[in-house]
Amino acid sequence: MLSNTQSYADSPDGTGDRPVATPIVEMSGISISFPGVKALQNVAFRLFPGEVHSLMGENGAGKSTLIKALTGVYTIDSGSIRVAGNDVLFSGPGEAQNAGIATVYQEVNLVTNLTVAENIMLGREPRRFGMIDWRAMRKHSRKVLADLNLDIDPGSLLESHSIAVQQLVAIARAVDINAQVLVLDEPTSSLDAREVGELFTIIRKIRDSGVAILFVSHFLDQVYEISDRLTVLRNGELVSEHLVHDLPRIDLISKMIGKDLAALDELEEGTKREATERVSGGAFLHAEGVGKTGSIKPYDLEIHPGEVVGLAGLLGSGRTELARLLYGADKNDSGAITIKGEPVKLRSPRIALDNKIAFASEDRKAEGLIGDLTVRANIVLAMQSERGWLRQIPRKQQDELAEKYIKALDIRPTNPEALVRNLSGGNQQKVLLARWLITEPKLLILDEPTRGIDIGAKAQIQKLVASLSDEGMAVVYISAELEEVLRLSHRIGIMRDRVKIAEIVNQGVTVNDIMETIAAEAGQPA
Amino acid sequence: MKHVLSNRLIWPALVLVALLLANLAFNHSFFNIRLQNGNLFGPLVDILRNAAPVVLVALGMTLVIATRGIDLSVGAVAAISGSWASMHIISSGDPSSVRVVLTAVGVALLMALVAGAWNGFLVSVLGIQPIVATLVLMTAGRGLAQIITSEKILYPDNSPAYKLIGGGYLLAVPFSILLAGIIFGLTAILTRRTALGTLIEAVGVNPEASRLAGIRSRSIIWIVYLFAGLLAGLAGLMLTSNSTSADPNSIGLFIELDAILAVVIGGTSLAGGRFSLAGTLIGAFIIEAMNTFVIQAISARATDVFKACVVIAVMILQSPQARAMVTGAFRGRKRAVVVPAGSVVSPGSAAISAPAPATPDTADGHTAATSDSILTKSSGTTS
Repeated sequence: MLSNTQSYADSPDGTGDRPVATPIVEMSGISISFPGVKALQNVAFRLFPGEVHSLMGENGAGKSTLIKALTGVYTIDSGSIRVAGNDVLFSGPGEAQNAGIATVYQEVNLVTNLTVAENIMLGREPRRFGMIDWRAMRKHSRKVLADLNLDIDPGSLLESHSIAVQQLVAIARAVDINAQVLVLDEPTSSLDAREVGELFTIIRKIRDSGVAILFVSHFLDQVYEISDRLTVLRNGELVSEHLVHDLPRIDLISKMIGKDLAALDELEEGTKREATERVSGGAFLHAEGVGKTGSIKPYDLEIHPGEVVGLAGLLGSGRTELARLLYGADKNDSGAITIKGEPVKLRSPRIALDNKIAFASEDRKAEGLIGDLTVRANIVLAMQSERGWLRQIPRKQQDELAEKYIKALDIRPTNPEALVRNLSGGNQQKVLLARWLITEPKLLILDEPTRGIDIGAKAQIQKLVASLSDEGMAVVYISAELEEVLRLSHRIGIMRDRVKIAEIVNQGVTVNDIMETIAAEAGQPA
Repeated sequence: MKHVLSNRLIWPALVLVALLLANLAFNHSFFNIRLQNGNLFGPLVDILRNAAPVVLVALGMTLVIATRGIDLSVGAVAAISGSWASMHIISSGDPSSVRVVLTAVGVALLMALVAGAWNGFLVSVLGIQPIVATLVLMTAGRGLAQIITSEKILYPDNSPAYKLIGGGYLLAVPFSILLAGIIFGLTAILTRRTALGTLIEAVGVNPEASRLAGIRSRSIIWIVYLFAGLLAGLAGLMLTSNSTSADPNSIGLFIELDAILAVVIGGTSLAGGRFSLAGTLIGAFIIEAMNTFVIQAISARATDVFKACVVIAVMILQSPQARAMVTGAFRGRKRAVVVPAGSVVSPGSAAISAPAPATPDTADGHTAATSDSILTKSSGTTS
């Protein structure tokens, strides 16, 4: 799995055969705190030219915060940042960019309704007689793209391209402004395997030209494939820095979670599901031919109390769309749904909620949490809207509920009055789960509940789902990680191109079987 | 001290105190309150009474703004309700009858509610942008008021019962102050003793997440526009009752701007989300104290210019950037004293203040950082 890059990634401290011994970026003693949260405490970090350096850590470890300190988004409370040997003090992302630090975020930070060329040259448009020289702009952009072996039409609108291509354009822009440091924050989270391959080819090319690349990803395979060096953070503190080939994966994981692997196994133990006799008794929900034009083809689904139905498929296969129909977030235009035998029209989330259905969206920030409200307010929100605004949940009860779930789900910080937007991704996910669990749903729809969160929290959430199902809750479980779906589900619906291609009982099924089903040629019965 | 300074309301409150003291400098009897014929009189009482209509309108505006909306039509709604009530009382033949006045007030408030419902319908059901949706009634409303009064200026004088609302006294206190106080209390109860406040904030911060959490955001939005309409109607009654004239062209003219100003001075963001009723109250008082000051100290004509100056002052005090600059400069100076010269690293000064002093060689950033942990922590806590 290690790439051919290790040959020169030797000791950087001057003893190696590389001429570069001085880091391009050197951060030391960095501390940042938010109200109620110490995000970074005395963290040091360095980045050498011509290397890919991965920043590793669970959610809440402080990776994003460190990146934002480096890119000028956050002002550091204390510590120093040196770029190319000079002390710098960024008071905004623009200054970091001028210092040669370019960032490509998970959500592409470009203007989607401009052309590719305009995006590459944004703010640096070539001019002629005071007017923008469009021809020079296109010509230059074409050259920049060609240098990276990218076949993208500079005249096309950015929004007409996939996220993967948009990301490549963002990288091309960074290369063109002669960035010395390129920060890639979760660039692969919405890419498929082929796109990841293309991205890595380009990353290597840029690295070989002497650019320092800071890479953040939750995918360990990718980290080991692309990185030369890695730095591990935990709970806002520096754990250690290593050359990748010096650190076996198992050691990395235990450094990240601060536990050894036996403990991790124990965490995940007991979540393995087998197809059981849960299908006896009446179904809780029965959907027949439920679909929406342009979104998902008619889908049949039956789910019984205590049963976990997994949905497997690639990104864009229609998993989320189905979940949204079952919750009334979108309205179905075909098919019918019955709950406990009674026909129900799920016209709005509120009606679904009244029918004891809960839905945790994959997009926590945009569709889940209310960032500016407290953890407590977020936890009781669904229960409160169920009761209506006139009957406020008494403050004492709110406090008790918040406290109970903060403890049960191990939410950190434990302060119920902390603002949710200051929490890490994993903890935000737990707050969202707590919100739904309080409403005591009969059917819980979880869309990517473990995406972008750390291994420890992942195991905790899987365990929770298993125990909820044991207590009789029906669960629809959506995840891109097939191992998870396989471990938790009694039955699995496999989707491709917005249609269900198979439904299997989880008995002796392997990840490979599912992948083969998904990969099977369209038209062939799976 | 730190706790007090971190309170969002402290800056507007200080501005209010400063304005009152400035008034005192020009009028040494400014804080005097005397009892005359069993009623309270004095400059401070006048300020409270004059602020009452703005307080009412601004309270409604606060909730609208918290949902990411805005209501430009409140002045026009005040004109409709004020002129209709005046018209009804004058043409009734018995202006002093309490029954007539009650009918006038009741129907006028009902009209204000209808206006609010119309705005709420446009915004929540048809999804029209609030600024456009309420612009409709802002322009049409005054026209409507003129039609009601047949384009005449009305004088609903000889009605003591109507006069009470804006110009009368109850238990020695101007009735309008009592009314505004009661409405303030009711609004606080309505938003904080029920879940309405939280749900308004949730809808304002993230409408889609709120919808998926099962909040009926449509009805929440409708409620706030209804409420804003009702209070604007009440303000219209107060204004016409106090001035004893109802000119549809001038009742509540630009009161929407004063109200928005009061809300913003009070620290509620126009981007929606968390709101502060107390802040709005302070904001309305600031506006009124300012008007009084300008009239006695400068000239009535300078009011708007002076208003703009005070607004800028409050905005700067509330701006996180401006505050960071002030506290940053303060911290930087402090740290220069705390950090001993020649210490291994001076991370704090490098981070916050201007170009750092040349730091001694820190070839190994890691050990330097860890050995320096006590220092960094101490500087961190000053933040």
